[in-house]
Amino acid sequence: MAGKTLFDKIWDRHVIIERDDGQTLLYIDRHLCHDGSFAGFQRLRETGRRVRRPLQTYATPDHYTPTHTSSLAAIEDPTAREIVTSIDGNCAEFGVHLFPWGDDRQGIAHVVGPEQGITVPGITLVCGDSHTSTHGALGCISFGIGSSEVTHVMATQTIWQQRPKTMRITVDGSLGFGVTGKDVVIAIIRQIGAAGGVGHAIEYAGSAISALSMEARLTLCNMTIEAGSRTGLVAPDDTTIDYVAGRPFAPKGDKWDQAVAYWRQLPSDADAAFDTEVSVDGNAIAPMVTWGNSPQDAVQVVDAVPDPAKESDADRRAAMVAALDYMDLKPGTPIQDISVDKVFIGSCTNSRIEDLRAAAAVARGRKAVVPTLVVPGSGLVKKQAEAEGLDRVFTDAGFEWRLPGCSMCVGINGDQVGPGERSASTSNRNFRGRQGPASRTHLVSPAMAAAAAVTGRFTDVRTMMEGN
Amino acid sequence: MEAFTTFKAIGVPIDIINCDTDQIIPARFLRFQASHGDFARFLFHDLRFTDSDAERPDFIYNKPPYRDAGVIVADINWGCGSSRENAVYVLVANRIRTVIAPSFGDIHHANCMKNGVLPVRLARDDCDRLRLQLHEQPGAEIAADLEAQTVTGPDGTVYEFDILPFDKHRMLNGLDDIDVTLQYEQQIGAFEDDRGADYGWLD
Repeated sequence: MAGKTLFDKIWDRHVIIERDDGQTLLYIDRHLCHDGSFAGFQRLRETGRRVRRPLQTYATPDHYTPTHTSSLAAIEDPTAREIVTSIDGNCAEFGVHLFPWGDDRQGIAHVVGPEQGITVPGITLVCGDSHTSTHGALGCISFGIGSSEVTHVMATQTIWQQRPKTMRITVDGSLGFGVTGKDVVIAIIRQIGAAGGVGHAIEYAGSAISALSMEARLTLCNMTIEAGSRTGLVAPDDTTIDYVAGRPFAPKGDKWDQAVAYWRQLPSDADAAFDTEVSVDGNAIAPMVTWGNSPQDAVQVVDAVPDPAKESDADRRAAMVAALDYMDLKPGTPIQDISVDKVFIGSCTNSRIEDLRAAAAVARGRKAVVPTLVVPGSGLVKKQAEAEGLDRVFTDAGFEWRLPGCSMCVGINGDQVGPGERSASTSNRNFRGRQGPASRTHLVSPAMAAAAAVTGRFTDVRTMMEGN
Repeated sequence: MEAFTTFKAIGVPIDIINCDTDQIIPARFLRFQASHGDFARFLFHDLRFTDSDAERPDFIYNKPPYRDAGVIVADINWGCGSSRENAVYVLVANRIRTVIAPSFGDIHHANCMKNGVLPVRLARDDCDRLRLQLHEQPGAEIAADLEAQTVTGPDGTVYEFDILPFDKHRMLNGLDDIDVTLQYEQQIGAFEDDRGADYGWLD
């Protein structure tokens, strides 16, 4: 009998019912909610239902929270104010764990879950947000769901799913100096395309992946959805287990030992077969910059804006022409000649302590020449950064040091890139208007973002780093 | 949920690869519920309107007769990106009940079926042909028949599509998923009680 993949091992232990057509009622171990989940609570209330497993449900506001003030009164829009505060009443009414606004543990749901030990290997985890793929970095099945499914999980602790196909992306080799998890995942999306992972769960494997820190793996799995796949995973190993140990909601004592024993046998068997295999050369990856309106539109920082005339597929050519028009870029322009108007360092992709350290290492002793926002992923990340003096490095460099939240990644809390403005952003989507109407977004790593902040254009950060 | 059986309406071609849900409804409108008076206007908002709120006459959904469309024919990876279900509510608000595309964002695909919008996967060549026909014959109609699992193009060509039997059953009957699942209450409870051997560390 052929071996099983990491994904299959976890999936098989969560199947309640599998119908003849493959539709499966899957048990959900952990459900994360955020301030945008208000509709789920509302629908439960309307139908007289309760949260089936409130102690397996955790919430924190992130999308609508302001980052410039801790005063609720300062949220000018009454609808946004209502959304940020309604989570308190919803969680109290339904008995759900809440990390409320102002609590050190509050932050972006996808930063808070792993940080609190809510996310652990071997579980199923969902959240009404597409970047729920993040959590798979710890070796669990996690995926984003819509609002109807949020209500369904609240009411039943289950979800109907079709087992996805499996894809293994093997990245072998050693990452070069200045190359991060962000660059790896952008290079992967460029290779397989924004629809490359549709219908699949992706396991990341290979020597370059094993060598990544947990935070870099979180960045990698976070952007799995930008390759069209809802679920990315990395097999649990010592890095994972060391990361989870001692976190507030992680197993303790004898249960910890049982858990570790279970997690150790989760990695894919040597003879496990995947529906699709992809190979990526880790040695060849360099710092990446996107130029268009899909995360697949990416080049290395040393390259130039591509020429649509060289694209053979007519639809893709038209898409490139439209993207270059929207982004106000000319084919052949060296990436390092493109100037930026704003820099954003944050989001569920890149707002953890290692991200902030990498940005601070570049900012140290330099000055921002364009407005730059640094938004930590949680109150605890903020505290840690302040304990290390990173906040002073940023403020001395003229960067703004803000309060935790999703902020300028999606712009719905008011932190936006203005019409026609160009940003260097550590977030995950360069879609049209993503950071504000008519905004132009280029995705980069935290170090590359800091380099853009102090030079006012895209700059190969490797030329600015110590040890170069 | 409104049941979906058959549906026939004007088709509109949307020639955008990777048309993400931010294009279908920009994030700043997510705070508003479908009952909001202007909700229907949020569909393709920034593609349809200038920053001074004037219609862009060149965007196809602004042109008669396409503005009365009930079927969208799209390109690869329709509805990728954000999980926002508002991207389906805003289709429903505009009486759009069928989307045909070579591939869909997985989350959006599921969201469509929860709200009585039929997502139809056809080969890319077939989608290209249908979009071309809709450009050449403004106001041409496309028909969808869920029971038969077919869509019929403007020229009468019948295309078959796949849908999982359980999804089809729920859509045909307009069933509420939670009601369906709660019929398995006993199995869910038994699952929770029985998994201690492997997962005792989790509680």
